[in-house]
Amino acid sequence: MTGEVAVLGAGMHPWGKWGRSFVEYGTKAARDALADAGLEWGAVQSVVGADTVRGGYPGYVAGATFARALGWQGARVTSVYAACASGAQAINTARAQILAGMAEVVLVVGADAAPKGFFAPAGGERPDDPDWLRFRVLGATNPEYFGLYARRRMALYGDTVEDFAQVKVKNSAAGAANPYARYRKRVTAEEVAASPVVADPLRLLDICATSDGAAALVLSSMDFARRHGAADPVRIRAVSTATPHYPRTVLDLPDIATDSAAAVPEPATGFRASIARGAYEEAGIGPEDLSLAEVYDLSTALELEWYEDLGLCGAGEATKLLRDGATALGGRLPVNASGGLSSFGEAVPAQAVAQVCELTWQLRGHAGERQVPGARVGLTANQGLFGHGSAVVAVR
Amino acid sequence: MPRIRKPVVPGWFDQDAADFRLLGTRCRDCGSVFFPREDTFCRNPGCAGGELDEVPLSRRGTVWSYTDGRYRPPAPYVSDPDVEWRPYTLVAVELAAERMVVLGQAAPGVGVADLAVGAEVELVPGVLDEDAEHIWTTWWWRPVAGASGREAAA
Repeated sequence: MTGEVAVLGAGMHPWGKWGRSFVEYGTKAARDALADAGLEWGAVQSVVGADTVRGGYPGYVAGATFARALGWQGARVTSVYAACASGAQAINTARAQILAGMAEVVLVVGADAAPKGFFAPAGGERPDDPDWLRFRVLGATNPEYFGLYARRRMALYGDTVEDFAQVKVKNSAAGAANPYARYRKRVTAEEVAASPVVADPLRLLDICATSDGAAALVLSSMDFARRHGAADPVRIRAVSTATPHYPRTVLDLPDIATDSAAAVPEPATGFRASIARGAYEEAGIGPEDLSLAEVYDLSTALELEWYEDLGLCGAGEATKLLRDGATALGGRLPVNASGGLSSFGEAVPAQAVAQVCELTWQLRGHAGERQVPGARVGLTANQGLFGHGSAVVAVR
Repeated sequence: MPRIRKPVVPGWFDQDAADFRLLGTRCRDCGSVFFPREDTFCRNPGCAGGELDEVPLSRRGTVWSYTDGRYRPPAPYVSDPDVEWRPYTLVAVELAAERMVVLGQAAPGVGVADLAVGAEVELVPGVLDEDAEHIWTTWWWRPVAGASGREAAA
């Protein structure tokens, strides 16, 4: 087992479409996290930024961008990028620095300002870039990949579009109680069914939007937390940043084809399941120990996949868990008590950090109407384009 | 001046072949197959191979899954913004011999109602888009006539 680090502070900028710079959102989240930690910015010895590809050069050097916005004070700086998993990479980088003794207090920030409509690849003529190719050759947007997974579940397990709609109903109810969520209105199954089809069988309300937003964490060594007077802080016990094993046989964004399993048999554990397994093994826990989980519901159907990949149930049994209400607020193991991407929309580099903010508030017992009673162990899970796993275990 | 027919990506298929196939590569050392093609290094972590030969992929496969694009995709997908968007169908096809899944657009006129997971489909040459100088060619998947699947049952 790896050593633990303390979560001293968590802060967010509300998700939405605010039309301002990601720097402003991130700086607000950082200031909130510092205030929550009861620390001055000058006490931070290292800042780790999760990059955005949508903010020009400042986005590629997010760590320095936020350090400058908060006022240069000489801290060590790191900027990381791992698509949707950038936030977990930033958290893991901070953790590694703390555990290595390079820094006692580290600020992690992720922020994005998203354009309207589909995410598109970087411009120019770039036939060597799989992300460019999938748009050029197939016009395959992210929701089309979500549609493929959803249809596959329907054929394999008998999931229905009504099941998918129930994920939206559940998450919108949780999101309605979250002041940081972009969508704070309960949605009915009828409203999902009445929304336009985007990528058959998925409708607009099955698919997460793209949002502006920011999230930040102040992490410290356990020693520092004690000296600072935080006797029983939320602790990060594991961070999984796994890559897949060859051959990768489940089609993933932005690929046009999977690896071939003709010469080398496919691994027993699929990629998403291996992300969770890495986190469980490092934390020395199993799915039965979880109080709650925050998963990457890019679509309603994908949330169901995560139930199985997290080992909350067997393959094909996710809809049963959903129908039983086990994963709703008040259920046995609430999933996306924050409201999930369904209620937030995706702000890419901020999202995995925001998942840990939610765990922090839940484990402190400060989640208000969304509170999972007696929460002790939380797991986040997410996956970034191009083979980036991301999962965090937090405990108290 | 006649426009030039050109593959949308060079080397992925021979647009004029009588037996139209996607072209992958196969590692001489371990036999791993790659599409899109790998030409310099084998990606099998247990193989140090660096010599890969071009290999045509299976012409037929079965539907792994399918969906469609009801909204106009962003560039670099080419479409005329002045013409009403016509959804196309996207098919993920499992190739038995290669044990891999390959995406492609369905041939025009093939909708999601014409497909079913597990149904047999075949590769056919297609046209992606055209500009002043070029006709950009691609590959399409289409249901095999008489194969199992909803279309055949109808």
